[in-house]
Amino acid sequence: MEINGEFLEESVRELRQYFRSGSTRSVTWRKNQLTALLDLVHKNEDAISESLYQDLGKHPVEAFRDEIGAIGKSATYSLSCVEKWMAPKKSDIPLLFFPAKGEVLAEALGVVLIFSSWNFPIMLALDPLIGAIAAGNVVVIKPSEQAPACSSFLANTIPRYLDSNAIRVIEGGAAVSQQLLLQKWDKIFFTGSPRVARFVMSAAAKNLTPVTLELGGKCPAILDSLTNPSDFKLAVKRIVGGKWGPCSGQACIGIDYVLVEEKVSSHLVELLKKIVRRFYGDNPLESKVISRIVNKQNFTRLCNLLKDPLVAASIVHGGSVEEKHLFIEPTILLDPPLDADVMTEEIFGPLLPIITVNKIGESIEFINSRPKPLAIYAFTKDETLKRRILTETSSGSVTFNDTMVQFLCDTLPFGGVGQSGFGRYHGKYSFDTFSHEKAVMHRSLCLEIEPRYPPWSKFKLEFLRLAYKLNYFGLLLHILGLKRYK
Amino acid sequence: MSSSTNADEKKKESFNAEAASLLVNNLRATFASGTTRSYEWRASQLKALIKLCDAHEQQIIDALYSDLAKPPLETVAYEIAMFKNSCKAALKELKRWMTSEKVKTSIATFPSTAEIVSEPLGVVLVISAWNYPFLLSLEPVIGAIAAGNALVLKPSEIAPATSSLLAKLLGEYLDNSCIRVVEGAVDETSALLQQKWDKIFYTGNGRVGRIVMAAAAKHLTPVVLELGGKSPVVVDSNIDLKVATRRIIAGKWGCNNGQACVSPDYIITTKDYAPKLVDSLKAELEKFYGKNPLESKDLSRIVNSNHFGRLTKFLDDEKVSGKIVFGGEKDESKLRISPTILLDIPRNSLIMREEIFGPLLPIMTVDKLEESFDVINSGTKPLAAYLFTINNRLKEQFVMNISAGGLVVNDTALHLAVNTLPFGGVGESGVGAYHGKFSFDAFSHKKAVLYRSFLGDAPVRYPPYTNIKMRLLKALVGGGLLGIIRALFGLS
Repeated sequence: MEINGEFLEESVRELRQYFRSGSTRSVTWRKNQLTALLDLVHKNEDAISESLYQDLGKHPVEAFRDEIGAIGKSATYSLSCVEKWMAPKKSDIPLLFFPAKGEVLAEALGVVLIFSSWNFPIMLALDPLIGAIAAGNVVVIKPSEQAPACSSFLANTIPRYLDSNAIRVIEGGAAVSQQLLLQKWDKIFFTGSPRVARFVMSAAAKNLTPVTLELGGKCPAILDSLTNPSDFKLAVKRIVGGKWGPCSGQACIGIDYVLVEEKVSSHLVELLKKIVRRFYGDNPLESKVISRIVNKQNFTRLCNLLKDPLVAASIVHGGSVEEKHLFIEPTILLDPPLDADVMTEEIFGPLLPIITVNKIGESIEFINSRPKPLAIYAFTKDETLKRRILTETSSGSVTFNDTMVQFLCDTLPFGGVGQSGFGRYHGKYSFDTFSHEKAVMHRSLCLEIEPRYPPWSKFKLEFLRLAYKLNYFGLLLHILGLKRYK
Repeated sequence: MSSSTNADEKKKESFNAEAASLLVNNLRATFASGTTRSYEWRASQLKALIKLCDAHEQQIIDALYSDLAKPPLETVAYEIAMFKNSCKAALKELKRWMTSEKVKTSIATFPSTAEIVSEPLGVVLVISAWNYPFLLSLEPVIGAIAAGNALVLKPSEIAPATSSLLAKLLGEYLDNSCIRVVEGAVDETSALLQQKWDKIFYTGNGRVGRIVMAAAAKHLTPVVLELGGKSPVVVDSNIDLKVATRRIIAGKWGCNNGQACVSPDYIITTKDYAPKLVDSLKAELEKFYGKNPLESKDLSRIVNSNHFGRLTKFLDDEKVSGKIVFGGEKDESKLRISPTILLDIPRNSLIMREEIFGPLLPIMTVDKLEESFDVINSGTKPLAAYLFTINNRLKEQFVMNISAGGLVVNDTALHLAVNTLPFGGVGESGVGAYHGKFSFDAFSHKKAVLYRSFLGDAPVRYPPYTNIKMRLLKALVGGGLLGIIRALFGLS
């Protein structure tokens, strides 16, 4: 079927009609869909793993840890909480308005569009979907065309499990995305690059459509000189896991570069080499534990980062590339030039620059002179440094003494700030991001406050002054004629 | 004499993109120095705002009278008092708002602790509207200051007296290194919108709202857009008609003569009930504003001749000729239009297609009241919707089926004054919300922080990957203690 403007307009019209019918409102529908989604993931684990291997060379354990397992956990959590989230929240109303009742009711926004990215192509499509469903919306998912096997999987499998009157997958590239953006949506959820995000938000502005933008940035890892050698080893282990573990560095919250004091940098390099060898073997390409680069374009981009002679000179480990398999081995750079592309752009690949500083506190200024990242990682036991990092830097999130795990925490909002995006999701935040929080105030027609109405007089003015201050005693005196005017 | 006028003009002319860029850079440097972060600074600025109100009440009243002929009581009650109240509430809650929120963590990240830390976004822009030019400028400013930001306020040029008073008073009372006012019109606003802000808060109409959001998109700046819409009032029969009528009047003509984003825009009632409602409105209107409402001092005037012309066009529309059942008097020289009621107007008339924002109140009639929901839902989502009824089932249906920024049952506009309720729109009526803690949140970034320790490292996370690791990982991510034990013993 040709995906052109007419087809999309018709699809959106159908979805909006279905939404208007109220079918997606009930807690039953939402729970059924979430259960069906869990079913989809559990029954198709192998197919999902296979698609992820095809698109990115992801190892099944990585696929489970970062995508399949994460979605299962997210859907289960939402299933158990959705009813609670849907319940109206009471608000206190001042006595002045007695009798009155106030509450905030979450209502679905309507027809929402989810753009997902190619690096976690299953998770980044289904995790927002969970929120959209829990909040009672109808949804179009546009998976990334750069992960075609996963895109196909979603397009073929979702209609078999979920209500296709309400949830649709539209495949395609930039042309289809552009066509989608011409439609009127009640919310757009975008995961991807800042460049495309600008385009999405500009299109959304035409219809005043609210957006959530989950972008990226250069996520730094600050490695303090830890006195306990086993702590230091553990930190380095976690850094290795946080760099090459998720999609070979192609992750929005993956570590981009490390900041470390000059005096421990050589020890760091030695440890990194050892651990990389332990995890990925002597021939990482053959060990098939690390993902490959998603496509030729990104492969070339990453190779070019290494072509700069000063950057090439800074390589202390790795550097070899294998074009046929789009594979780049874990590569460590020691103090590449700060104005080289590798240090001015988000790397999104398996190159790890180590930047040395004299004192670790200088890391803060270093980070602050660059755009706000999605995550900052800091390995330290120094409480003062922790405090400084927390109060003097700004990022989507901060994780101390580990990497990546913050995304497993359903109670923490997941989102960026500044160049790394705005809006957030995970857990209840997913539900909120796809809801309108409607304020509702109930009053009764008895018990009237006369001074609300003209004709105005000094008495009424004074009454209102006192009323605003919630000065009930003063009001009483005033009404009884016992208060003097100013 | 002439050289100083030239200098003034040069000063005005020179607020272009370059000047705007310089301003933002200055503010960014001040923000980076940390001045706005401390509790003391934030509290001092909020206290200064309260002092400003107390010391200059008469000047504020005069400015609003000059801009809108706003009755002094409306200024005091709805602009100054409400604002002071918000300031005081913010001062009282500030420490609590600034405290980070501890959150629970699950077994998947054990052992760990987590919290959410509120931090300021940085340098923010507040663009305000002309109808409540004092309140709508300073209420967002409370949120921006409380959250620890540096800011620029751009008041509306359509309320010039208030705009220059704000520039003067904020310059005198607040910390100029962090808080600035830029006066001007389209050119100055465009120059400001070209800059990179950390947040833009806009109050106004949908047309300009789109321009603001498009400009924000270039820098990926998040926005709050407080817009408007046609706020409907559904009136059931069997109610205390007198009380309901007075509340409708208070929300319509009592709020800047209908020029308010949450003013009742139009009424829907049954054909049978309409005559009673019209009679009640006429009677109460006379009690409030006398026999000659065009002369009443208790009503604001129309803000300017543009809007006067816009409102007159509604009345000139031939589809509504003969439908005026009350009022309809105009005085162009004084920019006054008397409270006007129109009955039985057709759905496709001009007055039913656009937000009125003025003293004209159309009444649409339906056979059964339930039809009103379709009427409302066939239009764009308004900022507010109102219902007068004693029928609980109708109340429930209204609350469940009408989508609007906020709903009030058995009153109008009052929810604005309740700062525990989020105030904002949905769809065409806007994006985001504020008031009370929602203002603080609107100007904050909620940073997620996870604390892990060096104790306990799950080897399952790392390669080489084995089957047992896969089993353990499943159990760990799945989150059940039992599952983990089973996996450890190879039982899953």
